[in-house]
Amino acid sequence: MSEFYFIRNILLLPLLEGTLITIKLIALSIPLGLILGILLAVGRVYGNKLISSLCAAYVIFFRGTPLLVQLFILYYGLPSIGIFFSPLTAAIIGFILCSGAYHSEYIRGAIQSIKGGQMMAAEALGMSRVQAILYIILPQALRRAIPGCSNEIIYLVKYSSLAFMVTLIELTGAGKIIASRYFKYTEVFLVVGIIYLLMVSVITKFLNMLEKKLEIPGLE
Amino acid sequence: MQRDKDIVLEVEDIHKKYREEKILKGVSFKVKKGETKVIIGPSGTGKSTLLRCINQLTIPDRGRVWLEGEEVTHTKKSINQFRQKIGMVFQDFNLFDHLTALGNVEIGLIKVKGMDKNKARQKAMEELRQVGLENQAYLYPAQLSGGQKQRVSIARALAMDPKVILFDEPTSALDPELIGEVLEAIKNLAIQGMTMVLVTHEMGFARSVANEIIFIENGKILESGSPYKLFNNPKYERTRRFLKKITELYGESSEKR
Ligand SMILES: Nc1ncnc2c1ncn2[C@@H]1O[C@H](COP(=O)(O)OP(=O)(O)O)[C@@H](O)[C@H]1O
Ligand SMILES: [Mg+2]
Repeated sequence: MSEFYFIRNILLLPLLEGTLITIKLIALSIPLGLILGILLAVGRVYGNKLISSLCAAYVIFFRGTPLLVQLFILYYGLPSIGIFFSPLTAAIIGFILCSGAYHSEYIRGAIQSIKGGQMMAAEALGMSRVQAILYIILPQALRRAIPGCSNEIIYLVKYSSLAFMVTLIELTGAGKIIASRYFKYTEVFLVVGIIYLLMVSVITKFLNMLEKKLEIPGLE
Repeated sequence: MQRDKDIVLEVEDIHKKYREEKILKGVSFKVKKGETKVIIGPSGTGKSTLLRCINQLTIPDRGRVWLEGEEVTHTKKSINQFRQKIGMVFQDFNLFDHLTALGNVEIGLIKVKGMDKNKARQKAMEELRQVGLENQAYLYPAQLSGGQKQRVSIARALAMDPKVILFDEPTSALDPELIGEVLEAIKNLAIQGMTMVLVTHEMGFARSVANEIIFIENGKILESGSPYKLFNNPKYERTRRFLKKITELYGESSEKR
């Protein structure tokens, strides 16, 4: 077996397939996780007692338990009550639910750092609560939450490898299969690592650009 | 009840307590169309609370408020219907930090009044011109001086075509050299016949612009009357002392600045 054949057909092609699955995972989990995070944070800060404590309880549960346990419950646990997910669906749901909890903490902190006068001025103009949150509070809070949420997004790229534990052959899983079949752990995982690094770099670059672009002139 | 058509704002028997502390203990006054009422009083007497009770940003424990004969308190209408007709200018501006000066002025027109974006932009530009800031339209609050910020916030209130504007110490957060331009803008509004309620310590300004000064102490109106009467012939010694004190503290004439 030529070295070139190994690299192309046995290493790169399957890893590429794995990478595509990983991209699918994160491309869905990142935006949906963010949206969940926003909803949880808004519910926590502006909801009534019931909604606020439900959001708080949610966050405590999902930050307080290992993601792997959450994934096991989704994939192996729920079928016992008649709910079946494909590995991909289970992983995506798990990542959304978990990253939403983390995002919400960053966003909640950012909302609470906005001075009360902003809401008051919005309401004095005749805006409803919802309008004030949408047009005044969130645009400012989300900007402030970008650094924290960026961290979470980058973590998500890396912990997406846990999807392998619910039998999804994503990037890490693909690597594991090749490595153990051909016993080339170092080479294979070096490539896998580089691919993750590339993805993280691209996303980091994008997030930094976004932060720059959204920067409010004059604010330090 | 027979109501005077000229009365824009009527505040009746407003009570408010925070926890066990009674802040407002029955404040009533009426503001006629085109009038400027100045409210003065020691800090912590509830002047800001009173202004917030008028547009229900703070819900009073008791008392009623009418705007042009329509009751604002206990209304079936959405409170937002009233709030857009009651302008408010805050001590620390409360401009929306993520929006340009123009954005601050037009957002209420677009989101609250549902005005077409181009129309809103035109109107917002006009309001900025009115306070002398058309050249700063595309700057963000963080790029403006305190005086400019406060003028933008006046333009923001004006844009909604309010029936009355409430000012809560509009110059108290400003460096002395910036106070004049803000008072100037407010004075122009008075001249144009805007109905206003103003909490301020600027006595020179109050003297030249106010139709009536209301002195609030311990949650009640102690005395009210024309600037001439309060300065020259007040009913209570307490009023005289307070006026003397703030005149010394804040200076007599805003025009001198
Ligand atoms: N939201 C609030 N919660 C509790 N106490 C308040 C609140 N707002 C104002 N107060 C209290 O009410 C009193 C009057 O405040 P304020 O209306 O700001 O007075 P002023 O504007 O005359 O200085 C102060 O003692 C203040 O601490
Ligand atoms: Mg005050």
